[in-house]
Amino acid sequence: MSALQQLHRISRDLTIRTDQPASLDFDDIQHFLISRPPARAARYEFLTFANGTGGRAWLTGLIDKVGTASGVGSSLPDSRWVTVGFTWDGLRVLGVAEASLATFPEEFRQGMAARAGILGTTGANHPDHWVGGLASTNLHAIAILFARDVAERERCRQEHATYLKQCDGVELLSALDLEAIPPFDYAHEHFGFHDRLSQPVIEGTGVEPTPGSGPPIKSGEFFLGYPDEEGPAAGMPQPESLSRNGSYVAYLRMQEHVGAFRDFLRAHGETSEQQELIAAKLMGRWRSGAPLVLAPDKDDPKLGADPQRNNDFSYANTDPYGYGCPLGAHIRRMNPRDTAVNMNRRKMIRRGGTYGPPLPEGISDDGIERGIAAFVGCASLVRQFEFAMNVWTNDPNFHELGNERDPIFGTQDGTFDITIPKRPIRKKIKGLPAFTTIRAGAYFFLPGVKALRYLTTLSDGL
Amino acid sequence: MATLAPATPSTSTKRDWTKPQAMAIPKEGYFQLQNGRYGAVYPRTPACHGFTIIARIKPGREDAIRAYGKTIEKAIADLPDALATLKLHYLRWVLFDIGKDTYFMYQGIFDTDFDKYTEDAVALFAKYGVNTVFENLDGFPEDWKTNVPAFVKFVREHQCPSFLEYGEYPYVTADEIKKALKLKAAFADMLDLMQ
Repeated sequence: MSALQQLHRISRDLTIRTDQPASLDFDDIQHFLISRPPARAARYEFLTFANGTGGRAWLTGLIDKVGTASGVGSSLPDSRWVTVGFTWDGLRVLGVAEASLATFPEEFRQGMAARAGILGTTGANHPDHWVGGLASTNLHAIAILFARDVAERERCRQEHATYLKQCDGVELLSALDLEAIPPFDYAHEHFGFHDRLSQPVIEGTGVEPTPGSGPPIKSGEFFLGYPDEEGPAAGMPQPESLSRNGSYVAYLRMQEHVGAFRDFLRAHGETSEQQELIAAKLMGRWRSGAPLVLAPDKDDPKLGADPQRNNDFSYANTDPYGYGCPLGAHIRRMNPRDTAVNMNRRKMIRRGGTYGPPLPEGISDDGIERGIAAFVGCASLVRQFEFAMNVWTNDPNFHELGNERDPIFGTQDGTFDITIPKRPIRKKIKGLPAFTTIRAGAYFFLPGVKALRYLTTLSDGL
Repeated sequence: MATLAPATPSTSTKRDWTKPQAMAIPKEGYFQLQNGRYGAVYPRTPACHGFTIIARIKPGREDAIRAYGKTIEKAIADLPDALATLKLHYLRWVLFDIGKDTYFMYQGIFDTDFDKYTEDAVALFAKYGVNTVFENLDGFPEDWKTNVPAFVKFVREHQCPSFLEYGEYPYVTADEIKKALKLKAAFADMLDLMQ
C-alpha cells in the first residue's frame, strides 16, 4: 500500500460521523440495488396489463420469488434473483388512486420517452426508433431475472412463460436475454473495456469502499424513506406504504457498434499501441481498467485488475488539464470526481449486463445487435439520472469543451469532436461517429416487498 | 413525438467578440420551446445566460433584506470562490417601490444554463443564506429546504425574461475573460523581466 493510500485509509477511519447510519430494512428492500448476485445470464421481460385484476393476480403469484436484500445478500445459495418494477402507467392499471399517482415526481409520471429532449436522446437515439414497445404507455411492468448461467435462465424463462399463460390480462410486450461475454474472470463490455470499476457504496450496507471511491453515500440517495445527503427524507410519494423502501430505476438498452469502433481506432492509429491509446483516451481508462490518470502513457494491466488501486485517483490536482485523461473522456464525464460540486447528490447505482454475441476480432459488423442493457438506480430521476444525461453525457459545453459530447455514450451524429490535450499541441478529432445507439429505455419504480403486497390488495376504480 | 429543435445551436459556432451584438427576444423569453429538467430553457444571448427575478417583499422586511447585503459581502470576502460553480459575471440586487409595495429584483448574468445547474445553485443559495433573503418574499415556499421543485417553481414564476439583450463583447465567458487577463499579466511580467 502506498503512503498516499495509507493516508486515505487513516483519514477514512478517522472520519467520525456524528449520526448513525440509518438501518436499512433488508427484509423489505428488493435486492437489486444492494447486492449483485454472481450471475452470468439475465432476462428482462417487459409486460403489459390489460386490466388491474390480471396485473394484481400476476404480482400475487410472483412476490415470493422476488429477492430481498437479506435473502440475496446472504451466503446461502438463492436462485430467486427476481426483481419487479412498474411504470407510472402500470401503477395506475394496478389500481393506485389518482390522488396517490399525482404525488409521484413529474419526470416519473411522464416516463423516459417523453423526456427525450431533456435526456438528449435525439436523432437515432429518439424514442420514435425504440424497440420492444418501451416508448408506449402500454409498458406497465418489468420482471428482471438474473441467473447463474444460461441453463438456469432458460429454466426460469419457461417457468415464467407457463405462469403468464395462467394470468389472464398479462402479456409479454417484449423481452431481452443477456449473457456475460467471455473471458468470465472480469466484467467487461463488447468494446473490451473492464467495467464496474467505480460504484458508490451505500451507507448501512457494511460494504467497505475501495480507495478513491469516497465515503459511503446516505441510503436516502437510493431508497425512499431514508435520510439523504441533504437531510431527512422528504417529498415521498403517498401513501408511504407504497413508496417506503422503493427506488427509481432508469433502464437503457444501448447498442454498441463494435465494428465502427474498431474501424475508428484503425483510422486514427497506425500501430496497435496507437490504437489502444486512442481507445483509452475516449474512455479514460485502458481496456484493462487501468485509469489514464495513473497510467497515462501505457497500459498497466496489474493496476487495472487491482481494486485497491484502480479507482484511487482524482482530477483537480493530478490532471487538471486532461493531459492524462481528456476532460471529455467517458469516465471523466460520468464521474468528474473532485472537479464537480454536489457529487454526493449525483451518485447512482448501476446494474445490468451485456447482450448479443461478442464480435470476433478481424470481422466487420455482422448486423447482429449487441450492447449493454443497464439500469441506473436512484431516489430522484431528475436530480441524479437526468442530470447525468443532460449535463455530463450530452451537454456540448460541459467543462467548457464547446462542441463535445460523451464520446462513447453521448448522442453522436458526426458533428461533435473529442479534444485530446497533448504537449505541445493538442489533438482534436472532429466528427466523431456514433459508437452506441439507445434502442430502448424506460423509468420504473421498484417498490419494497411490503409495497408489492399493498399493490396486490388494491382494486379497480378507487 | 416530434423532435424539438434546440433553443440554441447544439454545435457551437465561432462567435466574433469584436463585433457588438444585440438580440431581440420574444415575449416568452425563448425562440422555440425546449424543455429542460425543470421547464423551458432560456437561450444564451450576446449578454450570456441570465435571469431577472422580481418579487414583492413582505411588508416590513426591507431592512432585513438590505442587511443581507453585508452578510453576502463578508461571505465572499472570506471565501472568494464561494459562487464559482455558478460561472457568474455579475449579480445585482435592487429594492424599489411601486405604490405602497416594495419589490426585490435579483438580476444575474452567468455562463451556464440555469436549468442544468439548478440543484447546485439551490445548494449554494442555502449555504450562503440567499434563500434566507428569499424568505422575505411574498409566496416563497416555506419548505424550500426539502422541496427543490417548489423553489424552482417560485424562481421561474418570478422570472421576467428580457426582450432585448446587448453585448459589447458578445458571448465571451467569464472564464475566457479571466484567462485573457491572466495571459496579459503573464506577458507584462515577461516583458518586465526582459528589460
